[in-house]
Amino acid sequence: MGKDELLARIEINVIQGRRNGEDEGLDEDLAGTPGVSELVEQALEEGIKAKNILLGALSTGMNQVGDKYESGEYFLPDMLTAAEAVGAAMEILEPHLLSSGVESKGRVVLATVKGDLHDIGKNIVGLMLKGAGYDVVDLGADVDSGMIIEELKRNDSDLLGLSALLTTTMAEMGKVLGDLDREGMRDGIRIMVGGAPLSEQFAEEIGADAYGRDAIAAVKIADSLVSDT
Amino acid sequence: MIDTTVGRQGVLVDPVRRLDEGQVQAVHEASLRILGDIGILCYNREASALYGGAGCLLSEEPDGSSRVKFPPDLVEDCLANAPSRVVLGAREPDNMLVLEAEEPRVRFGSGSEANIYLDMHMEEFRRVGGEEAIRHPVYERRRGSVELLCQAARLCQQLENLDFFIRTVNIQDTDIAEEDKDANKFFASLNNIDKHVMAGLTALESLDKVIRMGEIIAGGEEELRSNPVLSFITCVAKSPLQFVDDTAQKMMEIVKRGLPVVVSSSPQGGSTAPITEAGMVSQINAEIIAGITLSQLVRAGAPVLYGSVPVRARMDDLNDLYGAPEFCQYNMDCVQMARFYHLPCYSTAGVGDAVVPGVQATVEKLLSHVSIPMSGAQYVHYAFGLLEKTNVFSPDQAVLDDALIGAVKHMLVKSQIDRRTLDEAYSQIERVMDTPHKLYARYARKGIRSGEIFPPYFFETREDVDIAVLNAHERRLELLEREPHYLGEDVVNTIYDEVPGLVGRINPYS
Repeated sequence: MGKDELLARIEINVIQGRRNGEDEGLDEDLAGTPGVSELVEQALEEGIKAKNILLGALSTGMNQVGDKYESGEYFLPDMLTAAEAVGAAMEILEPHLLSSGVESKGRVVLATVKGDLHDIGKNIVGLMLKGAGYDVVDLGADVDSGMIIEELKRNDSDLLGLSALLTTTMAEMGKVLGDLDREGMRDGIRIMVGGAPLSEQFAEEIGADAYGRDAIAAVKIADSLVSDT
Repeated sequence: MIDTTVGRQGVLVDPVRRLDEGQVQAVHEASLRILGDIGILCYNREASALYGGAGCLLSEEPDGSSRVKFPPDLVEDCLANAPSRVVLGAREPDNMLVLEAEEPRVRFGSGSEANIYLDMHMEEFRRVGGEEAIRHPVYERRRGSVELLCQAARLCQQLENLDFFIRTVNIQDTDIAEEDKDANKFFASLNNIDKHVMAGLTALESLDKVIRMGEIIAGGEEELRSNPVLSFITCVAKSPLQFVDDTAQKMMEIVKRGLPVVVSSSPQGGSTAPITEAGMVSQINAEIIAGITLSQLVRAGAPVLYGSVPVRARMDDLNDLYGAPEFCQYNMDCVQMARFYHLPCYSTAGVGDAVVPGVQATVEKLLSHVSIPMSGAQYVHYAFGLLEKTNVFSPDQAVLDDALIGAVKHMLVKSQIDRRTLDEAYSQIERVMDTPHKLYARYARKGIRSGEIFPPYFFETREDVDIAVLNAHERRLELLEREPHYLGEDVVNTIYDEVPGLVGRINPYS
């Protein structure tokens, strides 16, 4: 298989959302064939640069997935599986990209706030951000502001994403922002919030930089916040 | 041998049984008792003679009718003669319906002969002194006409979940004589939709003209019998328990000509039938099986549908009340009675008492759209666009109903739980539990494409104003822009040559 063909196969498998050979794609013909992980390994072995795999297969594949979503051909599960496939590829490529000086789009810290165990929304946002080329640090669910502050102190980050499903826990977001302010850290980080009971208005009230209605919006907001910094 | 896998498949349900076996048997016996002891009043001489010749007891009534009392064996023998499978053909073979009494496969269709065609357009309204406009539907009640019937049939052709067509509006054109109504209404229907077409007959004299039209479309006499692109509805009983001269004659003549016919009754609980479930069901069942008995005396083995249209009366004005729980109960029971007799059931669901589309119409329709098909009726009429107790056909409501019926059909699909699907699910759960994000979304993708996963409500609105009706209206206009499914020009020309009385304005080639 030539290099161009290999990159094309990676791209197809991103579009089909196949992390590896065990995954089903939408296209039955791909069953049992190598998925993104195996193909990326093969590409590296054949001397294709990590940057070229990222830009020439993963990004182009995700762009096509985005177009299909916009046109109504693809649904959110398709976006997520494609993002998962890109995420799997990024884990393999990361050390190669670092050593060649290629940086991710930004570092994002995600957390579902204290008192709230609902993390599916946050996980979906994480998958989508990872697929979009962000370095994602997921602190999990029921995370108190101390843990968030500790993480932000430890590692330089571009974005903080906070999630809550309950009206009783969304107020915790305001507390996190207040604590960051008291620590003198608020100006150094852009903050986006999301979750079923939230609204644009609530985000404004607590002083967040943005409210994301869903995972698709979250990626767009992340792109916009990162480009502003 | 007819292949039951051809044509529109509808949805095969695991039927809900409102009555247990003992109750079904008891209703049957109660109906036989009504027919044996009280009898019916028959105003048709030929029918009375047939009944008398077959062993019924006849006695003269003061008004000239015959009181007919039925021996139970005769009714049971005749019911056993009626076929359990009835084929309703269609211009498009993929749209034919094979109704099998033993198979609770549900199909939905339109009906029936509303006087008003409710047109609608959108207007913009502004608050006095305000800038922002809101769109709101404005309705126009139009008298039913042959052109509106053509338009309704053209729309129904495009409604994915409409399995058969019963004329939606009563044509009231002043230039169409009574004796020409049937030819015009059947042509308006058959020329604009290639699904099965069924209607009542306005004038008996028109029957042979309509049949000739069917033969031209199907390709000949034999072809029409094997692919009956049209069929008839006859409401033989005027409740309570009276067989009118005119309709009984129509039913007998249709049977003699070998075409499928619905033998129906539509009593109103509280006025023309008892309001209790027991009273309504035992009476309507008696009326229908007495009618089917007549059909089989005319011609043993004649294809008939058990036609049940029981409604309930409102208590304020004794008008029909369709959005009532009792309406659903009556109809569900009748579906079971039809199955007990091994007959396909022409049933009823989805009428709104509301005057215009909206919340009230949706609530009323949903109640019967869901419950009655759950009982496994093979042929559910009245399901599209009917409002104001069947007095109004709203094409926009028909579009809304199509979306609702799509969801109902999906909901009715039999459960797929078995060892294989449970094993697949186990393996999926096992795999997802090994991932950090615990998300099943990837496994939903194929189901979205195959139709296994139902999409959100087609007319959903995400704003703070519910504009589902407006969305449906736009959809209606879009559907009417699509290519019509007219009959071929040669066929239309032959029909115009051989069937007198057709108006020129509904000929697409003139």
